[in-house]
Amino acid sequence: MNYHIFREIADSWVLLAMFAFFVTAILWAFRPGSSKKYKDIANIPFRHENAPSDNEESQS
Amino acid sequence: MWNYIKLAVLGVVVVLAGLAANYGRDLGYQIHALIFMAAAAVTFIYTLRDTGEVHVKPTGYLDGPVRFGVIATAGWGVVGFLVGTFIAFQLAFPQLNFEFLHGYGNFGRLRPLHTSAVIFAFGGNALIASSFYVVQRTSAARLWGGNLAWFVFWGYNLFIVLAATGYLLGVTQSKEYAEPEWYVDIWLTIVWVSYLAVFLGTILIRKEKHIYVANWFYLSFIVTIAMLHIVNNLSIPVSIFGSKSVQLFSGVQDAMTQWWYGHNAVGFFLTAGFLGMMYYFVPKQAERPVFSYKLSIIHFWALIFLYIWAGPHHLHYTALPDWASTLGMVFSIVLWMPSWGGMINGLMTLSGAWDKLRTDPVIRMMVISIGFYGMSTFEGPMMSIRAVNSLSHYTDWTIGHVHSGALGWNGMITFGVLYFLVPKLWNKQRLYSLSLVSWHFWLATIGIVLYAASMWVTGIMEGLMWREVDSQGFLVNAFADTVAAKHPMYVVRAMGGVLFLLGSLIMVYNLWMTVRRAPAIADAAAMVPAE
Repeated sequence: MNYHIFREIADSWVLLAMFAFFVTAILWAFRPGSSKKYKDIANIPFRHENAPSDNEESQS
Repeated sequence: MWNYIKLAVLGVVVVLAGLAANYGRDLGYQIHALIFMAAAAVTFIYTLRDTGEVHVKPTGYLDGPVRFGVIATAGWGVVGFLVGTFIAFQLAFPQLNFEFLHGYGNFGRLRPLHTSAVIFAFGGNALIASSFYVVQRTSAARLWGGNLAWFVFWGYNLFIVLAATGYLLGVTQSKEYAEPEWYVDIWLTIVWVSYLAVFLGTILIRKEKHIYVANWFYLSFIVTIAMLHIVNNLSIPVSIFGSKSVQLFSGVQDAMTQWWYGHNAVGFFLTAGFLGMMYYFVPKQAERPVFSYKLSIIHFWALIFLYIWAGPHHLHYTALPDWASTLGMVFSIVLWMPSWGGMINGLMTLSGAWDKLRTDPVIRMMVISIGFYGMSTFEGPMMSIRAVNSLSHYTDWTIGHVHSGALGWNGMITFGVLYFLVPKLWNKQRLYSLSLVSWHFWLATIGIVLYAASMWVTGIMEGLMWREVDSQGFLVNAFADTVAAKHPMYVVRAMGGVLFLLGSLIMVYNLWMTVRRAPAIADAAAMVPAE
């Protein structure tokens, strides 16, 4: 694989794939119901300050 | 059984390091081999004394490495600031490059010691310690990997000692911010992979369903630094018993790789990692969740997708192709947006709690750090524009920019985190003295303002002097003229450094007294870390 081929792929498909991934990631943040879920996640720092959770997979 | 394997390996390391010290071709390599040997021997004795002991399976959070990390952060911080202040005086008064220290204590040797001490020793220890603290709390799980976290702490600090002694002895591959030679690079790779394993392992055994955003930032920092470190340090040692190595890349490829590394060290070490701190500790100190979690996700993806392209702006007007330098410039400017998105997110976390600024100097420290983050992430994109860069490049403006980011953003947020962590980790109700925190805050802030302002003046001045031509097209100023003209600003800069150093000494005293004197939390049973 020489520089030319490498550059060709980077300028076309890889660029497209990365851009598509980026846009999807942004749009995903705005999916329906995300606000409610994020409200819960944003409170994670206030839950287990002093000790780990005892029960398996506990989610409030 | 595991201990016996460790003992065997450590024994072999001691012997091999001793052999390497004997056959070493240069002094720096020999001293490093002896340091390796001593470290392995101490670990050997420690492991031997522990062998055969029966341990109960520990529960609770593993906070020992975090505590050591906090101490190391404060200690290395003072060392780094001290060396920085000294070399600032060396620039103002060259007589301070003492005759008897030539070859060890002159500016050229001390400068990388300063940069690595503040970035990698102070910043790196702060990142490792805070990431261990945050990932446990937000995953509701003990650190994965047992004592591997201890290995990460000691291994990383061994790396710092090797790097620092290497700079003084001239063991350097002369790549900015990547000076350590090949064997130190290999050692850091081992430590860093262990760090990744501990961090990722903890995330994998988490009890919370979601991965909190701070962990995303920390993880991107760990993964990207691993990638940057390996690619930028591809080199072949001249001899296995010598410190010298030859880079795999050459010419403009080497330069581009170096600044791809260099700028992303800023982007992922000093920005993404510290943003991880911001997204945990600012909400904790403000006692309210982050302003917009959605914005934090967009901030994350936009930041990591854009930062990686910004490196070429360090190489404007060089042999680098035009398209690459334009690409770097454009991405640097686009990067302004996610940076300010993150700044707004951090600042607005205080909405409804702005009154805390009046009463809580720790939150004040965090807020001003976010303010400096905003300021330097505006200044950076501006300086990356080619026309601006033609004036600013190679001048002191760049140094001023770096320090408003490093002292203002990284320094201040780390101080805030230390003030948050010490009472928590040593089971104290509060800090020893809040008015000392205020003193630290104002000394550090005034110090940064003196530093940044004097560097703007001297940077723009020398940029203009360098390009000044007379009616015949001849340059008006000799280089020495600009050096002479800069003297007053260099003195002001050094004074700013003195204030910043003074503030950090007050912090160390305050933290020390917090551990010694501040009242302990009465109900200790709930807080005692199980180890």
